[in-house]
Amino acid sequence: MEESKLVITITGIDKVGIVARFANVLAQHQVNIEDIRQTIMQDYFVMIVMADFNKANCSFHEFKQHLLELGKEMDMEIWVQRKKLFDKMHTI
Amino acid sequence: MSRITSHSILETINMIKLHHLDIRTVTLSLSLRDCISTDIKETGSNVYEKIIKYASKLSPIAKEIEEEYSIPIINKRIAVTPISIIGESSKKTDYVYLATMLDKAAKEVNVDFIGGYSALVEKGFTRGDIALIESIPETLKLTDRVCSSINVASSKAGINMEAVLKMGQIVKQAANLTSDRDGIGAAKLVIFCNTPSDNPFMAGAFHGYGEPEYNLNVGVSGPGVVRAAVEALPDDVDFGELATKIKKIAYKITSTGELIGREMAKRLDIPFGVIDLSLAPTPAIGDSVANILEAMGLEKCGTHGTTAALAMLNDAVKKGGIMASSYVGGLSGAFIPVSEDAGMIDAAKCGALTFDKLEAMTSVCSVGLDMICIPGSTTAETIAGIIADEMAIGMINKKTTAVRVIPVPNKEIGDYAVYGGLLGEAPIIAVNKYSCDKFVNRGGRIPAPIHSLNN
Repeated sequence: MEESKLVITITGIDKVGIVARFANVLAQHQVNIEDIRQTIMQDYFVMIVMADFNKANCSFHEFKQHLLELGKEMDMEIWVQRKKLFDKMHTI
Repeated sequence: MSRITSHSILETINMIKLHHLDIRTVTLSLSLRDCISTDIKETGSNVYEKIIKYASKLSPIAKEIEEEYSIPIINKRIAVTPISIIGESSKKTDYVYLATMLDKAAKEVNVDFIGGYSALVEKGFTRGDIALIESIPETLKLTDRVCSSINVASSKAGINMEAVLKMGQIVKQAANLTSDRDGIGAAKLVIFCNTPSDNPFMAGAFHGYGEPEYNLNVGVSGPGVVRAAVEALPDDVDFGELATKIKKIAYKITSTGELIGREMAKRLDIPFGVIDLSLAPTPAIGDSVANILEAMGLEKCGTHGTTAALAMLNDAVKKGGIMASSYVGGLSGAFIPVSEDAGMIDAAKCGALTFDKLEAMTSVCSVGLDMICIPGSTTAETIAGIIADEMAIGMINKKTTAVRVIPVPNKEIGDYAVYGGLLGEAPIIAVNKYSCDKFVNRGGRIPAPIHSLNN
């Protein structure tokens, strides 16, 4: 289901446990990780997670808030967006 | 892995975060024709109830979508059937009362503006049209969110010069009645030639006669994104390459608007209407149409070359945008409102951008003389002359043009008018000091132009 696909983008200074802690929040909410890409760009850690929200055990709002809280705690910038936005904007 | 690259994802995020990509407005367009009654009080309550019924979910759903896509939706608005028709059958044509009901409903459903306090009088006035026009200054004083527009000309009908003169007087009165707020009344009033019936932008939005019962129209805002794309190009790329870059970025901006519009319409369970391709600036630094023209190589917006740059920008935006949606409408071009565009404000302040240059620019871009602050001492006849000129540009070129000028009470050239929010602020600029009184007082209509022998 394309409707339930999300793109989560996490950026900030690289540190121990980023992948583990964010993956843990996704698992807690039954949000399935379909793919992860990560890279270091100019000392910045960039992680892009493709996830499926279809079987989540909470609302989108709750899920996003939870991720934003963790982002704040770890001093990372978090974007949680429906994948449709990128599909629409970057394909003809 | 999806075919969407990391680069594309980060590009989108940067467009939102750094270059102000947003949805300028989602506008619910709603017919009020079934609200008409012979009793104005009954009409007013019908209008109020219908707006509450159809628009109560607009703001909450916009908020929900904003969160899910992380795209700001700046304004939520409503456009209704021209109110001149809605109040006309009432024995007592108390249009100000209808306006207060519109304002009350707009506040209740938490929308930023409600448009449609309007009349179409390009060939003449009905009893209701006259009563509505007379009530505009008081309405704009007493209400906060009601916007008014009057169509006084078209390519088919010509220019109703009696309406032009009348509107010169009304603009003046609307500004004077709100002198404590730099004449903000006139900032909520626009005079049109060839007004579109599905425009989502204010102050000119209304629900046209050929529209369905209701639908949702969308306007995007992306000058910052276009500016960044133009700035990223080397200075020596030619106009072909420049136009291609703008088209590509306009496609991306419009696709986003189309997606958000359709999603909104789906969740509201109403038809999607159109996306308006206009590049709408905001007073935020960088989110400026003037800055795009400057990024093309002009030292200041308003200098020689500005009209050509704007013509190219406007055309490229349309060409790129049209690919992204099958249903494009409204005004669709580049807006040049002075007070709402930080680059225009700067250019007007330093004298690079003058009233006459702005008029020339309106012959190649969407809309017209928009949010221009002029001296409070400007006469109603001079304002009528300004309106007549702009209507002539629209009539002859078969395009929409409009006038939203503010004769700022008690202020003169060099002073400043401040409105705040999306309406911004502007220096007061000079208008021509010579009279056009005899011309605008002739009455009658300027006949519709010939549509062949185009030169």
